[in-house]
Amino acid sequence: MELSINYILNELNFIKPELVISISIVLIVFTDLIFDKRKQILPVISLISLLITGYFVIEQFGMNTFAIAPAGSKGMLAVDPFGAFFKMVVLFASFIIILFSINSSEIKLSSDRHGEYYTLIFGMILGMLFVISAADLILIYISLELLSLSSYVLAGFTKQSLRNSEASLKYLIYGGVSSGIMLFGISIIYGITGSTNLYEINSLIQAPQLPNITFILASILIFTGIGFKISAAPFHFWTPDVYEGAPIPITAYLSIASKAAGFALLIRFVKVTFIQSINTEGYWQLLNIIDWKTFVVLISILSMTLGNFAALWQNNLKRLLAYSSIAHAGYLLLGLAVLSNQGLLAIIIYFAIYAFMNLGAFLIVMLIANKTGSEDMDDYNGLGFTSPLLSVSLAIFFISLTGLPPTAGFIAKLYLFIALIDAEMITVAVIALLNTVVSLYYYVRVLKHLYLVKAEPDTPIIGVSALNTVLILMLLIPTLVFGIYFTPIVDFAKVSVSLLGF
Amino acid sequence: MIQVGLNHFLVLSAVLFSLGIFGIVTRKNAVMVLMGIELILNAANINFIAFAKYGNFGYQGQLIALFVIVLAAAEAAIALAIVLNIYKTFSTVNVDEIDTLKE
Repeated sequence: MELSINYILNELNFIKPELVISISIVLIVFTDLIFDKRKQILPVISLISLLITGYFVIEQFGMNTFAIAPAGSKGMLAVDPFGAFFKMVVLFASFIIILFSINSSEIKLSSDRHGEYYTLIFGMILGMLFVISAADLILIYISLELLSLSSYVLAGFTKQSLRNSEASLKYLIYGGVSSGIMLFGISIIYGITGSTNLYEINSLIQAPQLPNITFILASILIFTGIGFKISAAPFHFWTPDVYEGAPIPITAYLSIASKAAGFALLIRFVKVTFIQSINTEGYWQLLNIIDWKTFVVLISILSMTLGNFAALWQNNLKRLLAYSSIAHAGYLLLGLAVLSNQGLLAIIIYFAIYAFMNLGAFLIVMLIANKTGSEDMDDYNGLGFTSPLLSVSLAIFFISLTGLPPTAGFIAKLYLFIALIDAEMITVAVIALLNTVVSLYYYVRVLKHLYLVKAEPDTPIIGVSALNTVLILMLLIPTLVFGIYFTPIVDFAKVSVSLLGF
Repeated sequence: MIQVGLNHFLVLSAVLFSLGIFGIVTRKNAVMVLMGIELILNAANINFIAFAKYGNFGYQGQLIALFVIVLAAAEAAIALAIVLNIYKTFSTVNVDEIDTLKE
């Protein structure tokens, strides 16, 4: 292996976003120590470094190469437009979350620990950026752990609160178990093939004399670790409790960024490891080892049905959004079950839109909780008359999450159903459609509390500061505009479909 | 005299893995649950090293085991901090009694 300084400098070119994030972590820690009294400088540093990272990620849309590749073997990282898209989603979510945190009353409570807060957020970002482009099982495991360890602590950031601590413990136990199981799966795959690189494993398992049962078992063990991150059933048990217990900015972050990283990893793992060839219509011919199509369809139907039906009984908005997030993981998995580039396109469009609408919904829930101190549905009674801006925005975000026109959520679902019908998976499409109808019920139930219950004299009037109004509009306008004019988002997605090597 | 081979190591790691899962499912004390997780990680470590030695895959397996040991230590540190905080707020570390977040 060539380890000259030129080689190293050259390889560092491909991980510029990760380098910027690493430098920012150090910078934030030192700023926290030096400017001890002026905590408001920390979010500014974070936002600036996110913008710089974003610039380098945009550069990666033009790249299609391995990074950190020792001579004679495939690289540890795959830098490609597909990864760049998911990195953009993560960075966008982080940007919005930092703006959330400035306003969140829960985070303000522990204002002397803001240094830790932003350091841990950046730890999560670093983990996610590596997970998204990792092409090596060990790098996948290590960066997933970096992501998880930071998020366990963030879930319990407000140490004094009972439900924060409980969320943190539950997340830790479920997360620790599933990542341990995933590591066991990785060790078995290493034993069968002698390699941990996804691309090398792919070329090694083309030979037919493999011990199939063992390989299937190991793949399912690895899927456990990923399924936990994307909160798909039956690995979803942590989701409602952690979402309800954690501070709202962190809940919103887990529901977008963590999930995006998990999906990028799942797609890369399935496609790169098991692909045999791509036929002329763009469908992937996978190796005849494990029937991913049936497996993913089953998981997806289970997630959708369970998420949507459990959400019907929820009275806490955060818990309701947690079940809705499980259901959305189900819809997103359908895009993978199609096993074609068209399905991938649908997932990418869905994620671009899901980021806006879900962050928006959490933002409104946070602003209301800042004032009333709870997320209980009865506290939303009559708010439609006293706080029109918040209520109208919440209504639009919820309609978008259901998937009704003229909002962007409709476009997201539309592309997903087109992909399903083109692949002749009509039954699955019908089940997904019925699930959407069920989801309408619980989203509209919140609107009923907002508008059909008369305002009492003690119904709070929730003022919105100028910064928050801008933030709401930043999320609301795309949700509406992309519902009508969605060509840019589709064009953007078409660029982002290409994975390295295919 | 029995020659110790790959199978012996695999059986050992499978037993450790099962014990880990068993501990996680049955134990009520949060610290014991965390020890179950450690057992799973060590089962995987044994696999990595055994495969590297008997499969002639070079030193990669040993290196991976080193990485995993470091990560397990980091995870244990964070986990114990969280459990300590749980003890402060709930005055118990029994995972069955920590259930305020239920409908």
